[in-house]
Parts: sequence; C-alpha cells; structure tokens
Amino acid sequence: MSVGDYIRGSQIWKSIFRHPAPVDRRNRIVVMLTNFFLHLHPVSIKQQGIALSYTWCMGGITFFLFLVETITGVLLMFYYRPTLQFAFNDILALRDVTTLGIMREVHRWGAHAMVITVWLHMYRVFLTGSYKPPREFNWVIGVLLLVLTLLLSFTGYLLPWDQLAIWAITVGSNMARATPFLGYEGPGAQLLNIGGYDLITSGSDARFLLLGGRFVSEATLNRFYILHCVAIPLVVSLLIAIHFWRVRKDGGISQPL
Amino acid sequence: MESHLQHNPDLTSSVVFGLGWVYLLLFVLNAAWVRRSFALDGNVRLSLGGLLGKGQEIPVASIWAIYCAMLLMVSVSHLTGSNNAQSFLLRMPEFLKAPINAASNPVAFFVGSTTIFIAMIVFRSVWTTPTAGWILLNFSLLFMTLSITDYDFRQIVGKPDNVPIVGMLYIVGFFTWLAFKKSVENDNRRAAGRPLIEQENNEKVLTWPDLVYTELICMVVITAILIAWGIVLQAPLEEPASAAKTPNPSKAPWYFLGLQEMLVYFDPWMAGVVLPSVILVGLMAIPYIDFNKLGNGYYTFNERKFAIVTFMFGFLPLWVAMIVLGTFLRGPNWNFFSPYEYWDVHKLELLNNINVSEWFWLSVMGRQLPVAPSDAALPVKIGYILLREWLGLVLVAAYLFALPPLMAATVFRKFFTKMGFLRYMVLANLMLFMMSLPIKMVLRWAANLKYIVAIPEWFFNI
Repeated sequence: MSVGDYIRGSQIWKSIFRHPAPVDRRNRIVVMLTNFFLHLHPVSIKQQGIALSYTWCMGGITFFLFLVETITGVLLMFYYRPTLQFAFNDILALRDVTTLGIMREVHRWGAHAMVITVWLHMYRVFLTGSYKPPREFNWVIGVLLLVLTLLLSFTGYLLPWDQLAIWAITVGSNMARATPFLGYEGPGAQLLNIGGYDLITSGSDARFLLLGGRFVSEATLNRFYILHCVAIPLVVSLLIAIHFWRVRKDGGISQPL
Repeated sequence: MESHLQHNPDLTSSVVFGLGWVYLLLFVLNAAWVRRSFALDGNVRLSLGGLLGKGQEIPVASIWAIYCAMLLMVSVSHLTGSNNAQSFLLRMPEFLKAPINAASNPVAFFVGSTTIFIAMIVFRSVWTTPTAGWILLNFSLLFMTLSITDYDFRQIVGKPDNVPIVGMLYIVGFFTWLAFKKSVENDNRRAAGRPLIEQENNEKVLTWPDLVYTELICMVVITAILIAWGIVLQAPLEEPASAAKTPNPSKAPWYFLGLQEMLVYFDPWMAGVVLPSVILVGLMAIPYIDFNKLGNGYYTFNERKFAIVTFMFGFLPLWVAMIVLGTFLRGPNWNFFSPYEYWDVHKLELLNNINVSEWFWLSVMGRQLPVAPSDAALPVKIGYILLREWLGLVLVAAYLFALPPLMAATVFRKFFTKMGFLRYMVLANLMLFMMSLPIKMVLRWAANLKYIVAIPEWFFNI
C-alpha cells in the first residue's frame, strides 16, 4: 500500500472529500455536487458555453483577478499604514527593502488588468446578446460591478500618497463639486438655502463628503482606505455572489432557456 | 545644427536591446505563421507591373519567409548594435514623423477613429480573414516598435501606468476582430441555411474535467503574467504628495481620461456628473430597451445591426479612443500634442470660443448682451438672464423635447411602434445624450462654439 493510498484511505481525507478521486464518470459528477468551491458550477454544461473563443473567459479572469487583489491586498494591509506620516514611506519600503514587496506590483497591475477584463467581459456579453431575457437583471448587476471595479481602482489610486496619487484623486473628485444641487459649484445648489443661509457650501457638499475635507487630506486617505479595503469589497463580494447565482438560475451564461 | 534644436533625440542602448528582443519575438511569431502558410500551400500571382510578363505563381509562404528573414536580421542588428545606440540607424524616419505630427490634432483624431470604425463595419468580411488580421497585427506592432525609437513618444507610452493602455489597445483590437470574424461567419452560415457555430458540437459535457481544467490553466497563466509583469515593470511611485506642487498636466486615472477629455467640450457638471450617470443608466437600460429577440447566445452582426453599431460606437471611438487621446496626446494645460512632439509647457493654443448668446446678440443683433441693472429685483435679473440665453435654451429644449417625437415619426418609426412610448423615450434620450458629445465637438471645431447655454451665474453652462 503506497503512502498516497494510505492518505486517501484515512478517515481525515475521507471526512474532507467524502468520495474517490474524480477519475470516472460517477465521481466526476459527485465532485461537482459535494465540493463547496466547485458547486458554483453545474454538473454538466453545453460545450459551446465553455468554448474559449466564445466566452473569452473574461468573466472568470475578472473574478480570479478579484481574488488576486484580495490576497495581495490583505498582505499589503499588514504592512501599509494609511497616515500622512507613514503612507508614502511604507510604499517606498515595499519597493526597496521589503521581502515580497512585489505584492504591490502584482496588486497594481492586477487592478489595471481587472478594469480591462471587466470591459471585455461586458463587450462579449453584449456582442453575444447574453443580456437578453431571462438575463436582463444579471446585466444590471454586472453594470454595478463595473462601477464598483472602477471605484475600487480609483480609491486605491490614492493610497501610495505620491504626486500621481493625490493629483489624480484631486482631478477626479473635483467633478463632485459640480454635482447638480449637491455640489457648491453645481447648477441648482444656490436654490438650496433657507432664509439666505446656503445649505450647500464647500464645507458641506458632495465633494466634502467624498474627501472628508475641502481638499485631499489625511481624512481623505482614511476614507479612501476604508472604502478600498472594506466597504467596496464587501459590496462587490455580495454582488458577485448574486451575479454567479443568477447565472445558474438563469440557465447558464448565455442562449435562451 | 538641427540636432541641437531637438529636445532629446537620444536612443539608449537598453531601448535598442529591448527592441531587439521584441523583434525576435515578432520573428518567432512570424516563423509560426510561415509554417501555417506553408501547410496551407497557397499561391499568389506576382507580375511586378508586367516585369514578369503574365506573371509568376509563387507560394504565399515564400513572401512571409522573406519578411521573416528580414525581421531576424533587424532583431540581430538591434541585439548586436545596442552598445552604439546614439548612431543606431533603424529608427522612425523623420519623413514619416513630420507628416504624422502635422496631421495630428483632435479633429483628425476623432474623425479618423470614427472613419476607421465605419470602415471596420463596412469591410467586416475583408479584414476578419486570418491573413488580413495578421497583416494588421504586424503593421501595428511595427508602428509601435519604430515609434518607440522616438524620445518623446517613448516618454509618454513608456510611463508605467500607461503600459496597460497599450496592452488594452491590442487586446480590444484582437477581441473586436474575433467577434467580427465569428459574426461574419455566422451571418454567412445563416444565409446559406447552415447551423451556426454555436449550434455545432453543442452536446453537454461534464464540467469536470472540461471546464475545471480550463479554469485552472487560465489561473496559472494569469498568475504567471502578473508576476512577470511585476518583475519587468515596477509600479509607479513619484515624489511624495505635495499640495503645493501641482503637476502639469494633472490627470485622473487612465480609465477616467475619456471623461476628462469631455471637459474640453462640457463643464464639469455635465462631463463629470451628468454624462457618466447617463452612461451608467443607459448601460443598465440596454436589456429593457432592446426588444430584438434575435442574436441571443451567438455572434451575429446582421441580425442586430442597430444595437451593435450603437454599442460599439460608444465603446470604441467614444470611450477607448478618448482614453488614448487623453492619455497619450494631451499634455501640459491639456493642450494637444502630436505623437512625436515634445510636451512643451509653454505651448500656446488660441482659444477664441464664443457662446451662442454672444453670437446672437453681438453678431446677429449688433448690440451688447442684455444685462440687468445692478439694483434690479431677483425676478428681473432672472428675466434678463433668460432673455440673454433664450436662443441656446430654445435649442437645448428643442434637442431634448422636439427631436424624440420627430425621430419617432421619421427615422425611428419602426422602433416607436414596436417599443411603445416609454421604452422609446428612454432610447431616444439616451441616443441624444450620447450624440451630444460628437455634436459639441463638431460645433467647437467648425464654429468655435463654447457654450450653447452660458449661465455662469448659476453654474449652468451647456
């Protein structure tokens, strides 16, 4: 009896996997039903629905990149401190002295790649008409995920706290002060006043809410850090779960039921 | 003497050496292509303008082989000549740079990308053949490798955060090619009454191993790419943040540069808030306004022409091309710079743009803009502002409220009857918002128009 057989025959192994290796038809079916990670998939699937030249695999790659970002992101969080005193120097150290500082490179390039793969996933879904009934609502969730992907990338852009970061965020968030009614330089904001007292000022408008101040400051860094590491990923995780669940319930990624 | 005037014409040996490897990669790819061409055993008739009489049949593979051999020579010359980079001869020739630079401006860029987009659709059966695709790929790569030898081009394209955009262009290009290729194939099959690509070999297979293994391989490949990318290219880190030193140009992250480019034509409340919101609402609305039941689950063009052209117009010329423009061609003060032009902070661009109200009151009526007396009551002031801007307001109102019914009665008649009032109005308004950008662009270029409605008092400029 080989060591491998001994391990596979042990009570521990069997308690985890509960069935033999997926080498025959029966166990290949069973594995899909009993494994938590694999049960996202159906047991069997239309051949064209998984043809690479049809799906481009972009949705799957996007999800994988989300996982990569989560893992590298958590590792970076062990190291990085979102304060004016430390933020830039921590990134500098990640680049120059920290073991596995390459996590930052992987995190940043993965983020860029994820933006691109989300677009391509949407492109493919559109071009194959996969948003058509019964999958209309899943497309809507997909658009929300697109927005959140961009916001994840945008909030992360500030964290290195270098010139590139604060000015990109300054340019991006300057738009918010022109929000109609809710930005102090937006049309209609003047209408929101009570007895000559303006409700929307540079200290109370949409941009102030976003930045936690009148300009990009330490409060912004804290705000973006929490949005980037906690708030948005939580929402994204929930929406991804719904997105995948709907793919199954709507009868696969594409084609009429 | 002339070289003294150039800002920095230098080629460095690392660039030359790197290009040598790129050419070597290109050689390997083309060697595989020669092999494919040889296996297919095609011939082409070559007459050289009557030089060979009636012409000579030669194998296509031989032409590719000659090209391939040239690539190898170019590669070797880069790899061996890199220590003498200053005088290295294989670089983008000036006689190509000058006309490209001279022809580059925002108008040419947008008109050019739109023209390419239209040509792409019209000639979709031509450029989606494998050979045409391969030629296009080679051309674009050669354009890229040659352009890299230009200092100014290299400064912009080689910025670490800009590298993904170059990659994106090739990836988007490839998948657009693939989608069109499949659409053309499917449309031909439909016309001939044969089953579509997606209907052939469409039996059910077990997810393990067919899908699970594909996913595993994808994950390994993506991981490898990310790590290699991380090793080769360091993530950017500039000087520590300083609120006192504003960089020029200040740019948003690259995926928002299409929106930043819109700031040239619209005020922030439109370019930064309203239009992005409309884009998102419009995207979400797509499944509910597209009543076409065809084209569900297969590539096609003929069966969903309107939907595909509209979506692609929004994605390719209005989103991707605008990002390219905003990233690579907009320099200090958001001025336009040609691909091989130095980003000069002192470059001046004359801005003599006028508002519709100025045109109406000054040029047409020949008098000053109406201004309320400074002690006038609020309603009177409002009245004066509305009077000043009446023409622009009427134009905008007509665009938003008169055009939809007009289109329903004419070009969109079929849509209106099939979609019903509400869906049609959503579609019409989304289309109008989408077209507002190209319309404003053309008006700016053709008539120096600044604002159609200009009420800075209320931050309300359109």
